[in-house]
Amino acid sequence: MTADPKGVLTGAHYLDGDHAAAEGALAAGCRFLAGYPITPSTEVAERFAARIPKVGGCFIQMEDELGSMAAILGAAWAGAKSMTVTSGPGFSLMMENLGLGIMMEVPTVLINVQRGGPSTGLPTLPGQADIMQARWGSHGDYEIIAVAPSSPQEAFDYMIMAFNFSEKYRVPTLVMMDECVGHMTEKIVIPEPEEIEIVPRKYYDGPKEDYLPYNVDTDMIPWMVKAGDGYRFHTTGLTHDERGYPVMNAECQDKLVNRLLDKIRSRVDEIVVLEEDQIEGADTVVISYGISSRVAIPAIEQARADGMKVGSLRMVTVWPFPENRIRDLAQKIGKFVVVELNCGQMYYEVERAAAGNAETLLVPHAGGWVHDSEDIYQAIKGGER
Amino acid sequence: MTKEATLEPELSHPMDDLLRMDRIPHIWCPTCGLGTVVTAFASAIEKLQLGLDDITVVSGIGCTGRVAGYVKIDSFHTTHGRAIPFATGLHLANPKLKTVVISGDGDLISIGGNHFIHAARRNVDLTVICVNNFIYAMTGGQVAPTTPLTANASTMPYGNFEQPFSIPYLADSCGAVYVARWSALHVRRLVTAIAEAIAKPGFSVVEVISPCSTLYSRRNRLGSGLDLMRFYHDNCEIKHGADTRELAIGFQEKITVGKFIDRDRPTFVESMNNWYGKVFGDEYEPYEGSVK
Repeated sequence: MTADPKGVLTGAHYLDGDHAAAEGALAAGCRFLAGYPITPSTEVAERFAARIPKVGGCFIQMEDELGSMAAILGAAWAGAKSMTVTSGPGFSLMMENLGLGIMMEVPTVLINVQRGGPSTGLPTLPGQADIMQARWGSHGDYEIIAVAPSSPQEAFDYMIMAFNFSEKYRVPTLVMMDECVGHMTEKIVIPEPEEIEIVPRKYYDGPKEDYLPYNVDTDMIPWMVKAGDGYRFHTTGLTHDERGYPVMNAECQDKLVNRLLDKIRSRVDEIVVLEEDQIEGADTVVISYGISSRVAIPAIEQARADGMKVGSLRMVTVWPFPENRIRDLAQKIGKFVVVELNCGQMYYEVERAAAGNAETLLVPHAGGWVHDSEDIYQAIKGGER
Repeated sequence: MTKEATLEPELSHPMDDLLRMDRIPHIWCPTCGLGTVVTAFASAIEKLQLGLDDITVVSGIGCTGRVAGYVKIDSFHTTHGRAIPFATGLHLANPKLKTVVISGDGDLISIGGNHFIHAARRNVDLTVICVNNFIYAMTGGQVAPTTPLTANASTMPYGNFEQPFSIPYLADSCGAVYVARWSALHVRRLVTAIAEAIAKPGFSVVEVISPCSTLYSRRNRLGSGLDLMRFYHDNCEIKHGADTRELAIGFQEKITVGKFIDRDRPTFVESMNNWYGKVFGDEYEPYEGSVK
């Protein structure tokens, strides 16, 4: 399936990452946004609010982020492609209903334009310190998919990717932007609608009397229906069986939770997108995502100019974690250098997967600005074999 | 009692079509008012001759939160306090569906209070049935934002000293277009009120005073569920159109019931369509939902 032309602003534009993300959502077919203003993400909602009356859809500024996240789940169940957008403090509030979305298996998209934290932190300045919250912020065991754009073009492209992931795997998908990408203005090119691949929702089309909302085939992904289609289904945030009915025991919990995990875990290699450059024969591999991957470029280039064998691994998807790839690389290289705008989050995942087979170095930064590429260069150089 | 106990399970019940019989028996206590509320809701759907595929129910968490799990229509059991915003998204994505929120006083007025007042202000076309038992029952009898002054609760073990909300006053002052209060005793009037509320475009609220003999009554030594119903019989005063400022409920004092508010105001979607129609003229296609 390709994009509905109504939402696609084909052509070359000069947009910031926030506006580009809004265009990406419209191109992906999103027609419902519930949000609450928060710096530095507000421009996504503003752009959507300005565009949607003419595209045909609905924007609602909710009373808070709790309500925003709840509203997009309800909208998805009615059949809409829905999304919300926020930053750190709002992301914390959304964790409650992100969990409901995971439990009910709702296709929807949540953008977090990250700023410095904890708490109110640095509203207007960048950070990447919500990466672990994206993975573990809601209570209970779950798996999630998250992508991290590093430019306005990618903000557009990855929104479509995020909607496609959410529809394909029936899981809320996170777009982990940061203030730099959200507010940086660059040229972006929006393709023709027929060049945009859209994954349609997996709707049930069997006999009505046989429909069970959480019945699955070997792919572990249940078929969805819309409210009002006559299936008279029930869904709940409680532990439930195939009928969607609550069942309070360890057996049902085991079956449900493990399916929610396995539907992602068994497909990590199919989901993960990595951009690798000169990995073959490298002694050092720089791992980065979002804005940090751009800041790392001059350091990598300088190190290569100095004769060092440096590869780059940019995480396009940040979750699920590319465990196999990192484990495999750790056997072949001397050192990973992890560049992220936090004091060590993804770093620990890399170190865990490297399992002592390669050294793992962190180039930390508490946020508020991007790394000095000299610091990244020194980290690359310092551990050179 | 004994006669019911001997009924064969294959015998049908007049509400089979509306109830998930495969989930019966329900979890509610004997003499709880929720059975009456579900019956009244079903009767209201029947009265309106609404198709069962044209209506959805959204509940939050708590005893009343379980209603969504027993009605055989598209139904959503959501998170604590978030039934209204979830229902808002559902309704806005498909405004043709009648979206009904059935939840408790703690869920809707305490943790969900902010959503309640804003949905009323925006006049989102939802019907809210708020079952008020004056206490958090599911968790064991804690004080609620509706617990009358001096009434005992497990977290107000010496009696409640916090001023409670009056739900009709709150709903009225925030802009709800239909506001009524009945008790679980007033079955026929409750059916009428729920039917009127569902039929009414905009944010409509029906408060149902409901007996909780297990917690509220036991903690306050008010007797059995039947005694509470008798109390409603003797102490509810019907006063249609009453000033909502005068609807506060004191501990074991008179309860004013009736239809208090029935007014017209454009809904959220109507306001959006009217305004964008003015701003964009013929370029604007009136919004009828985001569903393909």
